[in-house]
Amino acid sequence: MLSKKLTTMGLVALFMSATASAGDHTIAQNSKSFKLNGSQVEEYTIKAGETIHFKNEDPFFHNIFSLSDLKTFDLGSYPAGESKSVTFDTPGEAEIECAIHPEMYLLLTVE
Amino acid sequence: MKLSTFGQKNLTKKIATALIGVSVVIGATTAAAAAMKPSSEDVKKYLRPMEVPQGKNNISTPERVELGKVLFFDPRLSGSNFISCATCHNPALGWSDAQPTAVGHGMQILERSTPTILNTAYQRFQFWDGRARTLEDQATGPIEAGGEMAQPIDELVPELEAIPDYVAMFEAAYPGEGVSKETIGKAIAVFERTVVSTDSDFDRWLKGVNGVMSKEALRGFEVFKGKANCVACHDGFNFSDNGFHNIGLKDMEDPGRFAIKPIKVLKGAFKTPTLRDVALTAPYMHNGAYATLEEVIDHYNAGGFENAGTLSPNMKPLKLSKKEKRDLVEFLKALTGDPMEVAVPQLPVN
Ligand code: HEC
Ligand code: HEC
Ligand SMILES: [Cu+2]
Repeated sequence: MLSKKLTTMGLVALFMSATASAGDHTIAQNSKSFKLNGSQVEEYTIKAGETIHFKNEDPFFHNIFSLSDLKTFDLGSYPAGESKSVTFDTPGEAEIECAIHPEMYLLLTVE
Repeated sequence: MKLSTFGQKNLTKKIATALIGVSVVIGATTAAAAAMKPSSEDVKKYLRPMEVPQGKNNISTPERVELGKVLFFDPRLSGSNFISCATCHNPALGWSDAQPTAVGHGMQILERSTPTILNTAYQRFQFWDGRARTLEDQATGPIEAGGEMAQPIDELVPELEAIPDYVAMFEAAYPGEGVSKETIGKAIAVFERTVVSTDSDFDRWLKGVNGVMSKEALRGFEVFKGKANCVACHDGFNFSDNGFHNIGLKDMEDPGRFAIKPIKVLKGAFKTPTLRDVALTAPYMHNGAYATLEEVIDHYNAGGFENAGTLSPNMKPLKLSKKEKRDLVEFLKALTGDPMEVAVPQLPVN
């Protein structure tokens, strides 16, 4: 049972890495939190020039915005299954949030 | 653990079968679409937690609850010595005031309605626009607010210090900390955390008690989770996602959450309120727009008004039948907890 689950997860991961290009990261919006491969993330680090795809896996709308000095953006709200992307070109820190569910919070470090 | 859940499931099945048997015998003609028994998912999602969250560095003690309660009911906390927290958050009115919007200092009519303080312990944000994070932060706001209690704290502190019984209560609750804005806020917050839901018919049903939810209420629960998708926002035991949405009320000038966070989707967005005890707290909405639950359901059925600006994309016309609308109201009524015993405290006089 467990091993089956693990293999499925492995396959999903493989599939994801096959579709996303190098330097891309996918972070899910799931159960009103940011998740990476199923576990909640509140801090995350990427390299300058890389892109994050925020994928909505909940059956209702989410938003993504940041009002940080590094980068200010508001990607609006979007439904289940859709994702929105942001590329971070300069090093620094950005607080990323969902305006609809302010408990969703991610501190991003760009190296 | 696995075994016992399995056992329980089996038992549930047996009871369900028995129930179906009974209803057939009685001659119930229509098979109700709603489940007679909660699913394990329902139980996990909606069962009332036994624990109430505590404040950081402000755990509950009997002395703190008592002090907080006395402060909550004491009109001397206001500039007029006439308005207490309980004037607006009246336990006899579901900890609210039955007014469309609050009436404050000098009978001023305020912009927003008084929310219940029930289950605020579980809320991640306080106020309709979420501008305070904790109950401790929130509590001294209304005392000083010109429209509400209009009492500067630096005048209130010496007033309370002049009453020896109060000084003794502060000392018992917060030894060595004295009477201050901080200790006043902390004590009131501890008291507010005791104002939490009691069991409702819905809770008894979740716990497996038979026959407490009417057929209508059970069907209403299905509509709530399904066709009407109220759970997109009113989810979990407290029926709130701690989120902010513009549900398209008419004639709205109040920017709501947008004033706190200037993000487009937050224009006219307000915090999703709890639905527990909601039958006790009419009128409804941050502006008191609706007098009855029936009017609220009609609003949702219409999908909200676009003219409100940034209507939440989770709002759309629901095409509910008359019966479904009635069932939804019955479900909301089944969320009313058993009456709370609230003894009004004797205030310290000397
Ligand atoms: C004049 C009526 C009035 C008085 C007096 C009053 N309140 Fe309120 N209370 C309100 C209104 C109106 C709001 C909503 C204001 C807003 O969201 O901008 C509110 C909001 C709150 C909230 C947030 C609830 C939620 O769900 O977000 C709490 C907690 C609260 N009050 C506690 C208190 C306490 C404690 C006192 C006494 C120190 C008090 N109130 C005095 C009218 C009043
Ligand atoms: C898009 C999110 C969303 C959906 C979907 C939603 N609600 Fe609400 N509900 C809210 C918000 C936000 C408020 C407060 C709005 C305001 O005052 O501006 C609210 C207010 C209410 C109130 C008034 C509570 C009070 O104390 O004033 C009731 C009752 C209610 N909703 C019931 C329902 C029912 C029943 C449904 C399904 C038919 C539903 N809601 C669907 C977000 C939602
Ligand atoms: Cu969100």
